[in-house]
Amino acid sequence: MQTLLHPYLDGELDLMTSLQVEEHLRTCASCDLAHQNYLALREGLRDSALYFSGPATLQASARSAARRADAVSRPTLPMTSWRRWSMAAVLVLAALLTWSLTRIRTSPSAERLLAQEVVSSHVRSLMAGHLADIASSSHHTVKPWFSGKLDYSPPVTDLEAQGFPLIGGRLDYLNGRPVAALVYRRQKHRINLFVWPAKSGEKAAKSETVAMESQGYHLMSWEAGGMTYWSISDLDRGELSRFVKLYQAQSQPAPGVSG
Amino acid sequence: MQQREARSRFEHTILPHLAAAYNLARWLTSNDQDAEDVVQEACVRAFRSFDGYRGGDNARPWLLRIVRNTTYTWLRRNRALEPALSFDESLHALPCEELNPEAIVLRHVDAGLLRQALEELPVEYREAIVLRELEGLSYKEIGEIAAVPLGTVMSRLARARKRLADSLGERLAEGSERGL
Repeated sequence: MQTLLHPYLDGELDLMTSLQVEEHLRTCASCDLAHQNYLALREGLRDSALYFSGPATLQASARSAARRADAVSRPTLPMTSWRRWSMAAVLVLAALLTWSLTRIRTSPSAERLLAQEVVSSHVRSLMAGHLADIASSSHHTVKPWFSGKLDYSPPVTDLEAQGFPLIGGRLDYLNGRPVAALVYRRQKHRINLFVWPAKSGEKAAKSETVAMESQGYHLMSWEAGGMTYWSISDLDRGELSRFVKLYQAQSQPAPGVSG
Repeated sequence: MQQREARSRFEHTILPHLAAAYNLARWLTSNDQDAEDVVQEACVRAFRSFDGYRGGDNARPWLLRIVRNTTYTWLRRNRALEPALSFDESLHALPCEELNPEAIVLRHVDAGLLRQALEELPVEYREAIVLRELEGLSYKEIGEIAAVPLGTVMSRLARARKRLADSLGERLAEGSERGL
């Protein structure tokens, strides 16, 4: 039986066999306990604290590695046949013609551009004391403050008890629109959480939280309840992820969000 | 010019998966600097064999296979490779799920304990867990990356999970004895 438990957990069994495993789990206490334990284990393993996303310099060093490999391979380009040369000639022409197009095509994706904006906005907010337009640790003060300034109301939660006190709120401008920025603190680290309504008509909202790293900051974005969220901080990924989970749990008591 | 285009196509395809590459290398080498070196070397190799990459919308398994092979070569060269699993892998049927004497129930798994337990697994088991649980890859993809049949992927995962659960159980039991 146990040989089937793992492919069952991993969704690698066909329907009939899956049903048989489920039937067995109902009647076999030891397999059921093992199953429960493996589920707990999986949840633990998927905690982002275990994921090493690498230093911020990784992209740059990968680029330069490719450049070096390119430089080395160039002079040793094998001269195989006339076909290769004619193809090369055609490609050179094509490349000349589409050079500008290529530059556009290989520009960073919209997501990455937005991440850049979020980073800039975060950095700006930490400069020259422009962190909060309304400084208050009470969500009863911060939430209504936005109401006269935006045409939506961002969910504001107080996470002081969990170690992420609210510092205040601020109006910001991101993704071509005014957005709400909520500011939280974790020890000496600041967290900016940007909230704005998700564009309807965009392809299926991302239900999963997407994490990335840029210029030494960690970013996490997700969509929930028709809103787009971007959080950023110099906290490590695990801590930021904990913040995001707490915020999600408190602001959206919807199914599928674990606390 | 052609080369420049090849390079930008390469960057476009590969750079989005660098975090996954680093994560795998880091788990297999257990060291930040080594992981970075391995990823760089893997990028060079990936670039050289990029002609062999036939599109597909997911370059991640392709890159991870190169990262994995680069890591193993690197480990062999720089360290005495950890004892490989050569026997009792897939041929022996797995024993039926035995309960620990303590029959411990894992509820919330502490990330720190889990990290230690995972670091202590044999490298092949660690690799299977990272690819399956951290990267969410299928048995087929894992089998292609590690160059082993599906049955081996399955038994490695089974054994890896069993060891993880047992070692967490032991740690939790020790912790509660010390009154933590």
